[in-house]
Amino acid sequence: MKHTIPQEEYMERGHMACLGCGGAHAMRYLLKGLGEKTIIALPACCWAVIPGVYPYSCMDIPLQYVAFEVTGAAISGIEAALKAKGKKDGTTVVGWAGDGGTADIGIQALSGAVERGHDVKYVCYDNEAYMNTGIQRSSATPRGAWTTTTPVGSTKAWKQTPKKNIVEIMVAHEIPYTCTASVAYPEDIIRKAVKMKEIEGPCYMQILAPCPTGWKYPPEKTIEIARLATETCIFPIYEVTDGKYKINKRIRDDKKKNIIDYFRTQGRFRKLDETTIQQIQSSVDAEWELLKKKEKCFGEEI
Amino acid sequence: MAKPMAISGNFAAAYSTKQINPHIVAAYPITPQTLMMEKFSEYVANGEVDTELICVESEHSAMSACIGAAAAGGRVITSTAANGLALMFEVVYIAASLRLPMTMCVMNRALSGPINIHCDHSDAMGVRDSGWIQVFNENAQEVYDTMFQACRIGEHKDIKLPVMVNFDGFITSHKVERVDVLDDDVVQDYIGKFEPMYPLLDVDNPLTYGPLDLFDYYFEHKRQQVDAMQKALPIIEKEMKAYGKVSGREYGIMESYHLDDADYVIICMSSTAGTTKFVVDRMRAQGKKVGLLKLRLFRPFPAKQIAEQLAGVKRIAVLDRSESFGAFGGPLFTEVRNALYDVNDKPGITGYVYGLGGRDISADQIEGVFNKLISAPDKMIGDIQYLGVRGD
Ligand SMILES: Cc1ncc(C[n+]2csc(CCOP(=O)(O)OP(=O)(O)O)c2C)c(N)n1
Ligand code: SF4
Ligand SMILES: [Mg+2]
Repeated sequence: MKHTIPQEEYMERGHMACLGCGGAHAMRYLLKGLGEKTIIALPACCWAVIPGVYPYSCMDIPLQYVAFEVTGAAISGIEAALKAKGKKDGTTVVGWAGDGGTADIGIQALSGAVERGHDVKYVCYDNEAYMNTGIQRSSATPRGAWTTTTPVGSTKAWKQTPKKNIVEIMVAHEIPYTCTASVAYPEDIIRKAVKMKEIEGPCYMQILAPCPTGWKYPPEKTIEIARLATETCIFPIYEVTDGKYKINKRIRDDKKKNIIDYFRTQGRFRKLDETTIQQIQSSVDAEWELLKKKEKCFGEEI
Repeated sequence: MAKPMAISGNFAAAYSTKQINPHIVAAYPITPQTLMMEKFSEYVANGEVDTELICVESEHSAMSACIGAAAAGGRVITSTAANGLALMFEVVYIAASLRLPMTMCVMNRALSGPINIHCDHSDAMGVRDSGWIQVFNENAQEVYDTMFQACRIGEHKDIKLPVMVNFDGFITSHKVERVDVLDDDVVQDYIGKFEPMYPLLDVDNPLTYGPLDLFDYYFEHKRQQVDAMQKALPIIEKEMKAYGKVSGREYGIMESYHLDDADYVIICMSSTAGTTKFVVDRMRAQGKKVGLLKLRLFRPFPAKQIAEQLAGVKRIAVLDRSESFGAFGGPLFTEVRNALYDVNDKPGITGYVYGLGGRDISADQIEGVFNKLISAPDKMIGDIQYLGVRGD
């Protein structure tokens, strides 16, 4: 029997994530693609807890805990050490951070690392808020979402500003490879992991990793909700290789779902009003059209 | 009318911030501080305050936004803990040296690494030389009350310094206690309207904050900061006392508990003082002459007042909830021992480091410390011991 997903496990049983945690899936699949010669630097985030509390760990690869804002710098150092000691052969250096550790406090170190061209792979598991500290907004929280710092009150409600587009910020750094992925599509994560491993130079991957605790939905819905995010085009799956765009999960116009179908699945959008939903729908549509245009203009030669 | 509430230290900090109704709050989430900011975000979302809340992208930015807002002439509040305070380090110094009053709650937590979210005082001790006034609080009531005192103290025309309101992460930040709160107008009357001295916003009188300042003047400016700290001490004492008239709860820069006739004394700060009071009561009932000196004000350090309080005492144990690696004792121990240098008939003194990373400290351990003081030989040597750690 041929398996589409490698059977090797580098993340063992006994992790400490919540039931249905998208972030736990994301790491498991990524490692299946990257294989055992992988070193990970890990800042503060839910994933700083998930491996286990000392003296326990569920991880079978080398792991370094780093300060919250420094992932990009830490992996630069690890990669430089591998180079200096002549041990780079086939070893992949990965920075694994949440959306807050990537888009907010860690963006300076990330930008520095990829601009210098280190051979590092930076993976952001995106659950669209600071989950580890109890669901506060991050700049990757989408417009319209409830968080504890964007509560629904009588005079103000939800996050008002749109999600920061880190993927395009990374594309603007002109690195060899940038991509999005989702726990709804494990084979796609694994293919992209293998691709990143083979590329020499900085790569960036952003994996949509729904969080039942923070998004307020039953844990068994994680994959369904992740798939809806792509089917509504609020989180498209695409990659940019040497400046060339390619949409990996193509959504036909007649199959494209309304954003309301996605919002209805999650408590964090529960109190959103009709007008705001329509405004968000329009901006999702516009972004999707723009992405298709980018693929057309800057796509792979056919 | 004052009314009782059952709230946590974080809630008390949020509620007092609401009553202060500052112009600006800028903060970044970190355990165990988050619940304060979440509660305050609700006040903002419900229009219960006029505050501009800035949810910044790091603590370095939180403190920097506060510095901008305070220089502009706003009344400013923030809060953080542990790694957040460590990341602020650079700008914490700048806030104090620009003489910008503001209040920062620090829900004291252990510094990394390894990463730990529980209580010790290593975060606040890391910035003890930064020029901030530092108050350590035993419980939620003290936190609530100190927030108002902090406004009066920091904004006093002869002080103009930022104030750090410390309380124990989780132990005080999360424990629900009875807190007697004041009416909003009582709070507003007490803190008064904030009149900034040199606001950036005053475009008719342009000013520069923090210019390049080399060997010609820098030293004098530092000397002025020293003066401000020295002058602050009696003003702080007065303000804490005066607060008693407003609230019925008078505070001092320190609290003595059965100290008058005590031969054996523990000195400590924050929630451990509560446990120590319990032990003092227990041992007093057995006729042992033990007492507690709880220090509230750590910066400026009230060396003279401590020496006065400890005159006539036989033996002292200083409990530090942080380590100063390579130093002779924890920060509190070194300061207290230093304060006693000129005292005639010096008491014997010993230091303990305890509770790092949230390691519990029990009443029995504290009783053990007292018993060791009682049974110590006459010539005590100032050894440093570790309380409740394996392998000691
Ligand atoms: C300097 C610093 N500030 C704040 C924190 C507190 N903190 C730890 S994890 C975290 C949020 C992480 O959010 P994200 O990166 O999105 O990861 P998630 O927890 O959502 O998986 C915060 C604010 C910290 N550890 N260090
Ligand atoms: S809070 Fe969310 S991201 Fe964190 S472990 Fe739980 S499910 Fe995963
Ligand atoms: Mg997150």
